[in-house]
Amino acid sequence: MTPYLVLVAFAMAAVTYPSRALPLIAPGVERLPRRALQYLRLVGPSVLAALAAVNAVVVTESGTTRIAIGIVTAGTLLGLVIVVWRRNLLLGLVAAVALVAVSRATGIAPLP
Amino acid sequence: MTQASLDVSSSRRRLALDGLGIAASAVGFGLVFGLTARSAGFTTLDATLMSVVVFAGAAEFAAVGYVATGLPLPAIMLLTGFLNARHLLYSASLAPRLQPRPIVERLAAAHVLTDEAFALAAAHFARVGRVDMPGYWIGAIGAVFVPWNVATVVGVVLGGAIPDPARFGLDVVFPAAMLGLAVGLVTNRRELVAAACSVVVAVALAVAVAPSVGIIVGALVGPAVGLAIPGPPALETALDPAPMGHVGREDPLGEPDGSDRG
Repeated sequence: MTPYLVLVAFAMAAVTYPSRALPLIAPGVERLPRRALQYLRLVGPSVLAALAAVNAVVVTESGTTRIAIGIVTAGTLLGLVIVVWRRNLLLGLVAAVALVAVSRATGIAPLP
Repeated sequence: MTQASLDVSSSRRRLALDGLGIAASAVGFGLVFGLTARSAGFTTLDATLMSVVVFAGAAEFAAVGYVATGLPLPAIMLLTGFLNARHLLYSASLAPRLQPRPIVERLAAAHVLTDEAFALAAAHFARVGRVDMPGYWIGAIGAVFVPWNVATVVGVVLGGAIPDPARFGLDVVFPAAMLGLAVGLVTNRRELVAAACSVVVAVALAVAVAPSVGIIVGALVGPAVGLAIPGPPALETALDPAPMGHVGREDPLGEPDGSDRG
């Protein structure tokens, strides 16, 4: 084990864990005002949609970040359609992966 | 067996199925993380320790790059803290539901609260209308923690024998899973507006500033805009402090009875 890398790991954990734990252990969260609870309820769909969008349509290459509509975008949308239609996330993921893998294998879409 | 427990069982089965795709993605990228760490000079123990104690994929990938380029430790901590700041939102979102749980359990749950764990848990809790800790552990540990950490070890050991997961299309799993699980959380117009605003703000700021900034600001602005939309009457009532049938102190964010759907 490399002492410096052990230090790096624990230093990273020291700044990561509090963001995950503090709201969970803060007292009285369940007695927040109704408006605050309504806001927190909306955080779930918002943050997941933001994560999905940024990962599906934004790419960073050589230090430059830009919008790129490509096969990952298409796969993500195909997955969405199947999830909405069939109510089955696994099926949606399988279809998305198949589309992307086949497109890349056949040269329709380039590898990232 | 009660109807409620039947519902929980069904939802756990769906959670496990949903988790399979996420686990496959975690394995693919865990292998690549192990390989990347090895090429940057990490031993098997170094990479494993980082994966277990930090357990934040994107930050770990970035950290390998920071170490390889000789970035000083305070800068690594600052960038890691910023990259993982979105976890504060997950934690705050789940906090009202988890508040009645023992503090030790909440502290343990916090360690494995990743993007994927939050997404699976939020969808599962919304389906069953209450907290279900076994369901939380199935998603957080079964679908993410174990696959990621086992794959990290294998990745360091196997090294160059690992193909790029993008060749198999695994890089689409994360956005597709996040979007698919977000859809399950959108049950009314207010949530739809919040999610749509979040997307617009996140993408715009991701390009203009940085992807991590876009995600955090989008996730903060989206709900604020969503609040401007009138909520369903059932939801407004369910969130009142007064006791309300089966939606009580244990589940202040729970679905009232499905009447706010659509």
